[in-house]
Amino acid sequence: MSIQVQNIHKGFGDFVALGDVSLDFPTGELVALLGPSGCGKTTLLRIIAGLESADSGRVLLDGEDASDTHVRERHVGFVFQHYALFRHMSVFDNVAFGLRMKPRAERPAEKLIRAKVHDLLKLVQLDWLADRFPSQLSGGQRQRIALARALAVEPRVLLLDEPFGALDAKVRKELRRWLRRLHDQLHITSIFVTHDQEEALEVADRVVLMDHGKVEQIGSPEEVYRHPATPFVHGFLGAVNPFHGHVEGNALRIGGDRLPHPIADGFAHGDKVIAFARPHELDILTDAAETDGVPARISRVLSFGVTARIELDGLSGVTGQHFEVELTRDRVAALALREGQTVRLQPSRLRVFAQ
Amino acid sequence: MAAATALRATGNVAARFEGRAATREPHWVKWSLIAMSLTFFTLFLLMPLIAVFVEALRKGWDTYLTALIEPDALSAIRLTLIAAVIAVPLNLSFGVSAAWAITKFNFRGKHVLTTLIDLPFSVSPVVAGLIYVLVFGAQGWFGPWLQEHDLKIIFAVPGIVLATMFVTVPFIARELIPLMQAQGKEEEEAAVVLGANGWQTFRHVTLPNIKWGLLYGVILCNARAMGEFGAVSVVSGHIRGLTNTLPLHVEILYNEYQFTAAFAVASVLALLALVTLCIKTWIEHQAARSKEES
Repeated sequence: MSIQVQNIHKGFGDFVALGDVSLDFPTGELVALLGPSGCGKTTLLRIIAGLESADSGRVLLDGEDASDTHVRERHVGFVFQHYALFRHMSVFDNVAFGLRMKPRAERPAEKLIRAKVHDLLKLVQLDWLADRFPSQLSGGQRQRIALARALAVEPRVLLLDEPFGALDAKVRKELRRWLRRLHDQLHITSIFVTHDQEEALEVADRVVLMDHGKVEQIGSPEEVYRHPATPFVHGFLGAVNPFHGHVEGNALRIGGDRLPHPIADGFAHGDKVIAFARPHELDILTDAAETDGVPARISRVLSFGVTARIELDGLSGVTGQHFEVELTRDRVAALALREGQTVRLQPSRLRVFAQ
Repeated sequence: MAAATALRATGNVAARFEGRAATREPHWVKWSLIAMSLTFFTLFLLMPLIAVFVEALRKGWDTYLTALIEPDALSAIRLTLIAAVIAVPLNLSFGVSAAWAITKFNFRGKHVLTTLIDLPFSVSPVVAGLIYVLVFGAQGWFGPWLQEHDLKIIFAVPGIVLATMFVTVPFIARELIPLMQAQGKEEEEAAVVLGANGWQTFRHVTLPNIKWGLLYGVILCNARAMGEFGAVSVVSGHIRGLTNTLPLHVEILYNEYQFTAAFAVASVLALLALVTLCIKTWIEHQAARSKEES
């Protein structure tokens, strides 16, 4: 089932949680709502579920206006960050809850409920925990039970609010892959909220980036990562080195220094811009005669990974700024970098935004 | 009840503190504190309690029983039970709805409601009684209208029930509000998303989560309803065999120098208190256990 939100506005007092947000979630996709905390992503999810109401705007489920439909008639599955399992019920009763609460006429026979619950528990691979209580489960198990519970009523869409936010890194990674597999199996339209860019890029078909109650960019993980539309998106998806300066011919002028780089159309001479380079898009030049690039002093060389990371402090025009460069270990060895050395940084690739 | 669960936690802390020389207090501090509290407890709580039973049984079982099955005493017991049986369920439903409203909804006047619930704790019971006399008494606002329709509230059973309700309003709501606040509303939200209606959500999700706190509130509310003196005294009119509750009956007997009878009736109240304490302790135990489980 498709979901559309149109011109949703929501404020809490003076704080604007969502400012005129319109989005389209096509049938069968797994979409991530990604953004820093307080960007309005959870509020949007709760508005779609009906747990929160928008000040203005509409929510369309399957093309029908659901703005005035009560939560329980929306047939959505919702998974909470802190699981919200019924603590006094066994795992089995938790999953059976939605089926047992149906009006008598629609309620399946207890035998059917039993079969269905066991099927769902098998689906989440926790069939053997049916008689346990939520307090006896690990965080990852609880969240999988919460998912089974949400799926029991055959929801038209699945909404997940930071589903892995309360779990430790290792379990989070496991569950991420597991959720993706599950989605490929069920093809239910799903939206999940997260502040973890890695999680969003890894799991989702599409990523919606949000900041300050506004949508910044929508696209496939590849698109948003490779072609960030705004400075915010660029900065949010992975580490970046920002350069503040202005356009000067085919280069970027930063104080007394120059970054030669082809500048895209649409920028005029003298325009104030901000440019970003990811750590692996920066190179280190040790030649003292070199005049291009910005000067920096190496503060640390971290070479314990596959690649080496070099941390630097900016000098002259970029004093006070920190830079992070990622180089192959061979390159580090070839350059014979040492801490305290003064070098120049030159980007192989720059993303330039008007400021 | 929060205090009871906290007590278990402090037990562990105390053991840790005592176990280490670095944090251990000198012996004389420990023992003088224990001696002080035990002396106070014995003098002001335990001795009076024993005195009640000793005085009540001073002239033997026969006199004791006669004092209890005498018609006026029986009528006082009946009236006390009636007041409690009406007041406790009404306060139960009010307490649950107030706690529900305060913890699960946002509305104007929430703070006023929270403050008002505490009013009966802060105002003297005599004032509470007088309020009802002013409103429903013969000279009060509704007095003439009530007389016209031949309805008696003051110096009659309805007045006693009203006064009892007033002083016992806070017990259940006050017990539930912090409990429900701590639990949040996620489980209820989960239930609603799964299609449960309001009653199902309350019955299957909210109630199981608050049952021990609720029971605790009911027990305290009941104890106070049966023991209330001040407010009831003002509205009752002390008509023997008609508008005397147990505490009022004790006072009348005492004022008439029937000490043994007075203590005999008082011992019934004291017994009720002891039973209440036992149930209360048992509930605390259960609640702490269910908390440890979750």
